Amino acid sequence: MTVVIDPTKAPGAPRPARVRRPGPPRWVLGLVGVLVFLGAWELLPVLGIVQAKYLPPASEVIVALVRDFGLTAFWVSVGETLLAWALGLLMATVAALVLGLLIGGSGFLRRFTNSTIEFLRPIPSVALIPLAVLLYGVKIESSLLLIVYACFWQVLIQVLYGVADVDNVAMQTAKSYGFSGWQRIKDVVFPTVLPYLMTGIRLGAAVALILAITAELIIGSPGLGREIALAQSGGAISGMYALILATGLLGMLINVGMRTIERRILGWHPSVRGEVIA
Amino acid sequence: MKTLKSAGYLILLPVLLVALWWVGTSGEPNFFVPTPAQLVDTFGPTWFEGRIATDVLPSIGRLVAGVLLAIVLGIVVGLLVGLNRTLRALTEPVFEFFRALPPPVLIPVLMLLIGVNDSMKVAVIVSGAIWPVLLNTIEGVRSIDPVQNETSRSYGISGFARIRYQVLPSATPIIMAGVRQCLSIGLILMVISEMFASSSGLGFTIVQFQRSFAIPEMWSGIIVLGLIGVVMSFIFQWAEARVLRWYHGLKEVENAV
Repeated sequence: MTVVIDPTKAPGAPRPARVRRPGPPRWVLGLVGVLVFLGAWELLPVLGIVQAKYLPPASEVIVALVRDFGLTAFWVSVGETLLAWALGLLMATVAALVLGLLIGGSGFLRRFTNSTIEFLRPIPSVALIPLAVLLYGVKIESSLLLIVYACFWQVLIQVLYGVADVDNVAMQTAKSYGFSGWQRIKDVVFPTVLPYLMTGIRLGAAVALILAITAELIIGSPGLGREIALAQSGGAISGMYALILATGLLGMLINVGMRTIERRILGWHPSVRGEVIA
Repeated sequence: MKTLKSAGYLILLPVLLVALWWVGTSGEPNFFVPTPAQLVDTFGPTWFEGRIATDVLPSIGRLVAGVLLAIVLGIVVGLLVGLNRTLRALTEPVFEFFRALPPPVLIPVLMLLIGVNDSMKVAVIVSGAIWPVLLNTIEGVRSIDPVQNETSRSYGISGFARIRYQVLPSATPIIMAGVRQCLSIGLILMVISEMFASSSGLGFTIVQFQRSFAIPEMWSGIIVLGLIGVVMSFIFQWAEARVLRWYHGLKEVENAV
């Protein structure tokens, strides 16, 4: 019985060195990826795989988007969407922070509210759409109702985790040094909660945009989502794709913006500092 | 005594809230909010006489199909992309765009491309719910401890066995976080795809009730949706506890030290 020994696979033999080729930098590859995506999109309708009336080529959509950038009406809708987004996120955050500190600070309240929170949290906020329509119609309040309901739980849960994470020794120390209740919240609890709060706000920001657009699309409250629905029912297909592209870009801006804010505010925190050093 | 106390904590606030609702609606009738008795009376006839088979179950079927497809596709593509450095760099900006794109805007697009039918609704759910799973799988694979990778390599564990026994288990905690998001996005998309374009299903039915001002029926529909959300979250917690039993155990040991 002969055994063929492959020298490159034999144990102990030096394996061919795995030198990492320097290769092009990451951003070049990313750019190539974007171009490939746009190219495929351009070719699909041109080659007739998808009808151009359902999926216009990328170039046509980008031209429509650039044209939108010059229109006041477009920026007004962007402003309306962002207004609902910001107001909803702000209201949800304030309510969740206050209630979270209150509930998290007391063992009794935590156990008292736990079952209700666990039951209400998974209810999808889109279930409230019919109620929003009845109560507010196509006004911005409809968007706010959905956004606040959805974001509130995201932030509340994080604040509760944060309060539970407060160092017991630090708390006892503050107590024996005679810190007042407010001082304890401000100087002991809040710094611990802050990273959790920022996580909650970052998650909430993405959810808020989804619901702002949903409310506009389904209910017809003012904003980009309504413009998309109007463009679709009016047969302005490349206009519709341009607006969709715009919502995606808006989403990316919000993601990047929230990450930057988080890093700024938590610059002192080990989790962020560690990232910078590493 | 102890179980009695914890049971008390469990039901006290819900009971108080229902009582508050009862008192609040018992005075003059409120057009928008039915009394608890009205709601209970309408709930049975509204849902259990036919609608459960014609609207609720098909909706749930589409939801399950969409979410399962999204999870499987997300993990498979995520593994392919996550294990390849060049592919990761190539796809990153495009995937970031799709992650940031609010999924409901895909409904009009898919309506155009597929038409209004069941597969369009499943496609809406998949195309929106896949991103958290996909991106978390990539992230999970990327952040595997390099020592583990080197160990696999020196022991000659490669290919399918490496994915099954090393890559997947270490990425699972992050993947499960993505699956949790995938479920809630899937539920949202199921409802609004039916509200936007449909002639049956839960979302459609609830909007019909609202348009015909059948207020108690509308509330009962909101409750059905809420119950689906709650049941899904229980199923997820059960599945996560099973899949990540080793992980939670590990964390407990680490925290105890």
